[in-house]
Amino acid sequence: MKLTKLMTSAAVAFGLATSALADDPTKVGFVYVGPVGDGGWTYEHDQGRKAVVEEFGDKVETVYVENVAEGPDAERVITQMALQGADLIFTTSFGYMDPTINVAAKFPNVRFEHATGYKQAENVATYSARFYEGRAVQGTIAGNMTKSNIVGYIGSYPIPEVIRGINSAYIHAKKVNPDVEFKIVWAFTWFDPAKEADAAKVLIEQGADVILQHTDSTAPQAAAQAAGNVITFGQASDMAEYGPLPRVSSIIDDWAPYYIARTQAVMDGTWTSGNTWDGIGAGMVGIGEISDAVPADVKEAALAMKAALADGSYHAFTGPINKQDGSAWLADGEVADDGTLAGMNFFVEGIEGDIPQ
Amino acid sequence: MIRLEKRPQPSRAWSLATPVVAVLATMVAGGMLFGILGKDPVEAIRTIFWEPLFGEFAFYYRPQLLVKGAPLVLIAIGLSLGFKAGIWNIGAEGQYIIGALVGAGIGLAFYPLEAWFVFPLMVIGGAFGGWLWAMIPAYLKTRFGTNEILVSLMLVYVAEQFLASMSLGLLRNPEGHGFPGSRNFNSYEGASSWINENAGMHWGVVAALIAVIFAYVLLNRHMVGYHIRLTGEAPRAARFAGVKPARLILFCLGTSGMLAGLAGLFEVSGPSGQVSIDFNVGYGFTAIIVAFLGRLHPVGILLAGGLMALTYIGGDIAQSNLQLPSAAIQVFQGMLLFFLLAFDLLTNFRISLGKPEVA
Repeated sequence: MKLTKLMTSAAVAFGLATSALADDPTKVGFVYVGPVGDGGWTYEHDQGRKAVVEEFGDKVETVYVENVAEGPDAERVITQMALQGADLIFTTSFGYMDPTINVAAKFPNVRFEHATGYKQAENVATYSARFYEGRAVQGTIAGNMTKSNIVGYIGSYPIPEVIRGINSAYIHAKKVNPDVEFKIVWAFTWFDPAKEADAAKVLIEQGADVILQHTDSTAPQAAAQAAGNVITFGQASDMAEYGPLPRVSSIIDDWAPYYIARTQAVMDGTWTSGNTWDGIGAGMVGIGEISDAVPADVKEAALAMKAALADGSYHAFTGPINKQDGSAWLADGEVADDGTLAGMNFFVEGIEGDIPQ
Repeated sequence: MIRLEKRPQPSRAWSLATPVVAVLATMVAGGMLFGILGKDPVEAIRTIFWEPLFGEFAFYYRPQLLVKGAPLVLIAIGLSLGFKAGIWNIGAEGQYIIGALVGAGIGLAFYPLEAWFVFPLMVIGGAFGGWLWAMIPAYLKTRFGTNEILVSLMLVYVAEQFLASMSLGLLRNPEGHGFPGSRNFNSYEGASSWINENAGMHWGVVAALIAVIFAYVLLNRHMVGYHIRLTGEAPRAARFAGVKPARLILFCLGTSGMLAGLAGLFEVSGPSGQVSIDFNVGYGFTAIIVAFLGRLHPVGILLAGGLMALTYIGGDIAQSNLQLPSAAIQVFQGMLLFFLLAFDLLTNFRISLGKPEVA
C-alpha cells in the first residue's frame, strides 16, 4: 500500500513539475507489440508518433518501447514510462488492456490511451479504427478479381475486431460474386513472418488466388509474389513495395491525426476519457492506391464503395444479413449497432468453418 | 603460433571465472554495439545494470526483479539436474504452459469459492501438469529410445495450441465480451499466488528459493545427486556403480517438468493473472541460458536468474530512456550466452604460444 502511495506521489510530483514549468516538453510514451520495422501495425503507430514530433517539435518529447510482450512485461514497461514522467501513454495492442488499467489506477495524473480495447477509466481512453470499412472495399475488389472463387484469409486471433473484418470482406465479396468462398487460417499471432508465410502458402495450395491478411508482416505478400497469379492487400500499412502485383491495394491505419489531437488536448488541459472509433470518413482508415492490375470497372466500384462509406450514405453492415447458423441478424435495410459490432463473435451466413472455441 | 592444448584436468579457476569474464566481455562488446548505434555506451550499460538496482525508481524495479527472476530460477534448477546427467529437456516452455493450464483450470473450477484449499490444490495441479507433460518425452525415451531433445521441444508447440484452445474455449472468461482469455486471478483472492504484490513477493519466489536449497542438498548430500553427477561425468562408471539410466531419465525429466509446471502456475495466478493465448513469453527457453550461465550449480543459477532478470528490466529501461532498439537489447542478451560458451573453452583447454611439440 505504502508503495502505491509512493508511486502516486512520484506521479503527482511529476504532474506538478510539468505544469509548473511551461517550457518543459509534454512527454508522450508509446508501447508497441511488434518491432517498429514490421512494415504494418507497429510501423504505422510509429509513423503516428513521428507525426506528433513533427507537429510539436521541441514542445514534445516522445519515447517508445517495442516488442513488448502482452502481460506482466507490458505492465512493467507502462509503469516505467509513467514513473519517468510521461504525461500521455499510448498502449497499442489489445492485450495491453488489463495492464493499462492496472497502471492507470496507480497514476491518476497520467493519461492513457489504449488501442482496440473496451475498458475505460477516468484517465484511460480507448480508440480504434473501423477497419471493417476498409474490408468492405477489399471484399469488393477480391470478389471481382478471384478466378478460382477461393479467397484465403489469414486471421490473427479470433477476437471481435478480426471477425468483423472477415464478415465485412465476405459480405462484400459475395455481393459482387455469389460463388465466392472463404478459407480462413488462424495464425494466433500478430507478427510472426514465418507462420504468416506458411499460412499464405497453405491457402494458395488450397486454390486461393486472393490472400487477405489480418497479421502485421509482409511475409504473406512475399509468399504470394513467389507463387504468382495471387493478389494481396497491404495490411495496416500500404506495403507499396509489393505493388502493382501481388499487392493491388491496401488498408492503411492513419493514427497521426488522432495522436496529434490527443497530445494537443493534454497540452491544453482539455483531455478527457472516451471511446473513439473512426473510419474512412474521419481519415483514420485509408485505402491505399488501387494498382493498374485491377480492371478499371472494378476499381471504379471499389472507389464508389469507399466514397459511400466515407460520406455515411452506406454502412458496411446493412441488412438483410443472417448469422452463420441461418438465424436472422439484420432485417432489410437495418444497420448494425456499434455495441454488437464491438463484441462481434459470430460469422455471417455463408462463411464455412467455426470460430475457434 | 597460438594453439589450444587440452588440459589434463578441467580448470576449476576458469570454471568459476568464466561467467564473470563473459559478463564483462558482454559489457565491452555490447557497449561497442551501442556506440555504433550512436548511443553513449557507458550510459547504456549503466542504465541496464545500475538503473534497476540503484536508480531513482529502484523501489519499483527491485521487486520486479523477483517477479522476472523467480520463474527463470525455478525452471533452470529443474533443467540443471537433467543437464548434469546429460538428459536434455528443451521443452520446459511446454511444461510451463501445461502446468499453468492444469493449475488455473482447477482454480477456475472453484471460482468464486474462497477456501483455504483452493490454492494448494492449484499448486498440486500445476506440478502435476508439468510433470505429466515431461513424462511424454521421458517415457518415449526409456521405452523406444527416442531423442528427448526433439520430443520435448516439439511438445512446446503442441502445448501452445492447447493454450490457444483453452483461452478461446473451456477457460474463457464468461464475462469477457467474447474476447479470448480467462478470468483474472488478481480478482480472485483465494486463488492468487501474490503474497505482497508491491514487494514483488509471490509463492513462486518462495518456491524458487526452496528449489535452490533442495537442489543443493540433493546434489551434495543425496545418493540421487551423486548418481546424476556420476552419469554426467562418467556414464560407464555410473553403470558399474549400479545407476539405472531409465530411472534417472524419469526422475530428471519429471522433476524439471514439475518445477516448470509450478513456475507456470505461480505466474498465471499472480503476475500474469490470466490464461491468455500469449501467456508464455519464453521463460522455458531463457531458463536454459540461466542454467548454463549458473554453471548448473544451484547457487550459480540463483545469481544467473537475477542477472538475466536485470538485463530484461534494464533493457526495457534502456529502450525507453535511450531509444535503443529492442533488437540491440536482444543481441546484447545473446552475447552473454555466446561469450559464456566461448570462454568455457578455457575450462578444458589452455592457450599455448609457441611451436607444437612433437608427440
